[in-house]
Amino acid sequence: MMFLRYAIYRFITMLITLWVVSILIFVIINLPPGDYLSNQIAELRATGQAEGVAKAEFLRTEYALDRPIWEQYLIWVGMAPGPQGWYGLIQGNFGWSFEFDRPVSEVVGDALWLTVLVNLAAVLFVYMVALPLGVIAAAKSETWVDYTAAFVGYLGLATPNFLLALMLFYYGNKYFDLPIGGLMAPEFEGQPMSWEKVKSILVHLIVPTFVIGTSGAAAMMQRLRANMLDELSKPYVETAKAKGLGPAKLLAKYPLRMAFNPFVADIGNLLPAMVSGSVLVSVVLGLQTIGPSLLTALKSQDQFLAGFVLMFVALLTLIGTMISDLLLVLLDPRIRYGARGG
Amino acid sequence: MVTPLLDVRDLSIGFGSAPAIVRDVSFQVMPGETVALVGESGSGKTITCRSVLRILPPTARIDSGAITFTAGGQSCNLLTETRRMMRQIRGNRISMIFQEPMRSLSPLHRLGDQVAEVLRLHRDMSKAKAKARVLETFVRVGFPEPARVWKSYPFEMSGGMRQRAMIAMAMVAKPELLIADEPTTALDVTTQAQVLGLIKDLQKETGMAVILVTHDLGVVANMAEQVVVMNKGRVMERGPAPVVLGAPAHGYTRKLFAAAPAIPEVAAPARAQPGNDIILELRDVSKTYTMRAGGWSRPVGITACHEVNLSLERGKTLAVVGESGSGKTTCARIALGAELPDAGGQVLFRPSSNADVVKIHDMNSEERVCFQRQAQMVFQDPYSSLSPRMRIGQTLTEPMEIHGLGSKSERREKAAEMLRWVGLDPSMLTRYPHAFSGGQRQRLSIARALTLDPVLLVCDEPTSALDVSVQDQILCLLENIRDRMGLSYLFISHDLAVVARIADEVAVMRQGVIVEQAPPDTLFYNPRHPYTRALIAAQPEPDVNRPIDLKLVAKGAGAPGSWPEPFRFEGIAVPALTELEPGHKVRCHV
Repeated sequence: MMFLRYAIYRFITMLITLWVVSILIFVIINLPPGDYLSNQIAELRATGQAEGVAKAEFLRTEYALDRPIWEQYLIWVGMAPGPQGWYGLIQGNFGWSFEFDRPVSEVVGDALWLTVLVNLAAVLFVYMVALPLGVIAAAKSETWVDYTAAFVGYLGLATPNFLLALMLFYYGNKYFDLPIGGLMAPEFEGQPMSWEKVKSILVHLIVPTFVIGTSGAAAMMQRLRANMLDELSKPYVETAKAKGLGPAKLLAKYPLRMAFNPFVADIGNLLPAMVSGSVLVSVVLGLQTIGPSLLTALKSQDQFLAGFVLMFVALLTLIGTMISDLLLVLLDPRIRYGARGG
Repeated sequence: MVTPLLDVRDLSIGFGSAPAIVRDVSFQVMPGETVALVGESGSGKTITCRSVLRILPPTARIDSGAITFTAGGQSCNLLTETRRMMRQIRGNRISMIFQEPMRSLSPLHRLGDQVAEVLRLHRDMSKAKAKARVLETFVRVGFPEPARVWKSYPFEMSGGMRQRAMIAMAMVAKPELLIADEPTTALDVTTQAQVLGLIKDLQKETGMAVILVTHDLGVVANMAEQVVVMNKGRVMERGPAPVVLGAPAHGYTRKLFAAAPAIPEVAAPARAQPGNDIILELRDVSKTYTMRAGGWSRPVGITACHEVNLSLERGKTLAVVGESGSGKTTCARIALGAELPDAGGQVLFRPSSNADVVKIHDMNSEERVCFQRQAQMVFQDPYSSLSPRMRIGQTLTEPMEIHGLGSKSERREKAAEMLRWVGLDPSMLTRYPHAFSGGQRQRLSIARALTLDPVLLVCDEPTSALDVSVQDQILCLLENIRDRMGLSYLFISHDLAVVARIADEVAVMRQGVIVEQAPPDTLFYNPRHPYTRALIAAQPEPDVNRPIDLKLVAKGAGAPGSWPEPFRFEGIAVPALTELEPGHKVRCHV
């Protein structure tokens, strides 16, 4: 009951945050002078193509780019009627991409859920690698196990992602016959979902997951190790030892539970870091995520496309933070009771 | 001849490659007997008791010795036993209670789970049976509602309650030997009395032996049959408690005795002369904090202190005594202007007998700077109140620098002089704090407080973090300085015995209100309030013939709602502080 109330409270605050973020995003996108169409009109005028100018002018009024910025914002979000009536983000219209001359929803298309997929896979990879390695490194601290784990970790942190990607592609293809580039075999693109397509996607996911996840896993491992070492010197660990608990069970039940909090709290931070960090990797690996579209959109001031992609990343982040907050409440009674006011 | 339950022989333990810090320690524990290991910090008593269960830091190295544990007709050497065997002994045949109940329980697991774990590990019991056994033990250690405790988390309970839960955990498997490492040091004195009483009762009931590690001779006198006095890793003296405590043979034991603070037995006190040169006065000071809980819940008001009236005469010491949560520290903070009292409260300060009164609760920034020079504070923990990155000279001259006093050489001169005042050598000015012992550091804190020539010193538990023999020296020093420099002290403490020697006036606080106030002689000769009586009764005396009177403690140590009729109150609906005889005020319904 109490948890439900907190969940609702947390959801409402998330919506409010999302709204504030939308204002920030819109303002930042509009900070550089001009917009996509005014730049295009200037270029057309310079090259003397008058007929194109008329079309661009038409689009400017059509998408309300000639109005003051706050009005543009309200129309974009769908809180004020635009030239086509009440039709903004809230109503499910993501806007028009000038660069690709298609609706944003079409441009982004599959890339949306593929982005979620790639990053979820990477997050899972981070946790699955960091958890055991961090715990072992702490339990065997200052032995060769610890040093090896640290060395591998720093190697992961220090190697540039795109370099790692190229290396893995080459050797993966040579020895394990892994596919190069893309997130699925070309013949499945645009096809409806099938068992074959899922298999193809899974095989293609291996290298990107590894590349995107490595540095995150290395950082997370070191953090978990440090947290564990702190916890291991606390008196309650001694109490557990004095009870006669065996070493493995003791580690898992007491210090790990305590060291877990920052681990869980990191879910929210991990997602945006990966989405923005994986842009370069996506370009190098030819992944059909929204990373590359964001890059082109920002370069050409394609404001609706850029705005939508940024909003999407923000939404992922906020959902991640909400999940980690809710998990923390479930995991840690102190936070649970603190929220109740006891 | 009965075989001893535990026989420690020639035990030597060291760390890394350093010389041994426990040397040739030998003692025996008979079944059902209580052995006290007594010593000051660094004496090796904790390492010795932990080596019995082999719970030592990884760098520890056992040089020699044997610990023979004999139970159920079998003997084994605990130092060489396999790890698997050790795990079967821990918690099952030998269990342990630690010093800090706040931190020795996992905050994330329910108490029921943590206690029942012992049974899951060592007894082949069904879940329901184990739960029944745990609930039974909870009742035994004094929880009125065991089912609620089963579901509680440690942070929902007070320190005393947590220590009871720890004891329940140690007792639930009915071990032959209980090791208690300073089990009551972190507790308030009335709680300490009750916890000690509980351990004693349980011991009588189950016939287990106890190794009690403590620095407090009073606790020893109340609990132990045998005493082992340790100093610097060696056993100084060993024998039956009445003999060691009654006629200590070794010089070190005698020294410990001389230093142990005790509540004096006083004859009828002389009538105190009320003075009228008041340096600091608190009038109707109350402080309420509002707690904002998360989410949408309404903020809650918490009263830290309520209608406190105190006045400190120039050149005298006013002591405020109370247990944790009594509001004594809030009073000190308000007196120093670090916090503002609720509207209507006044704090008045008169720097010298003919100066104007400064309103501390309503100072402008100029008055504040001036006041900060005249009133200084000595903190509780000398380890964290000195910056580890500043040389002593810098630490001592910094206050003068901030207030722009003197030239560089004059400041240096003054710092050296202050070091001489507190009994340290001026050549120490270039050292860092880590080169000093706890007692020396507290001297340094005092020296720092004195560099600005204050007239008022607020001492917040200045000796609670120190060993008894050091505590004695610091108290002497404080008295000495007060009389030579004409200082006035506001002295905050939880320990009536410490206050007994230094104070001219004592105010006893409980739950934010002053319950009794009198000069110490009057207070100890004729304590009127049940809470004061409980505090005095709970003070363990280093004398086997004067055990703690638990009944008297129980009568006054509870909540104000459980006090005898004339003193009872609920919340802040308090009776007035009534002057029963000149200079002796008690909060009661007359």
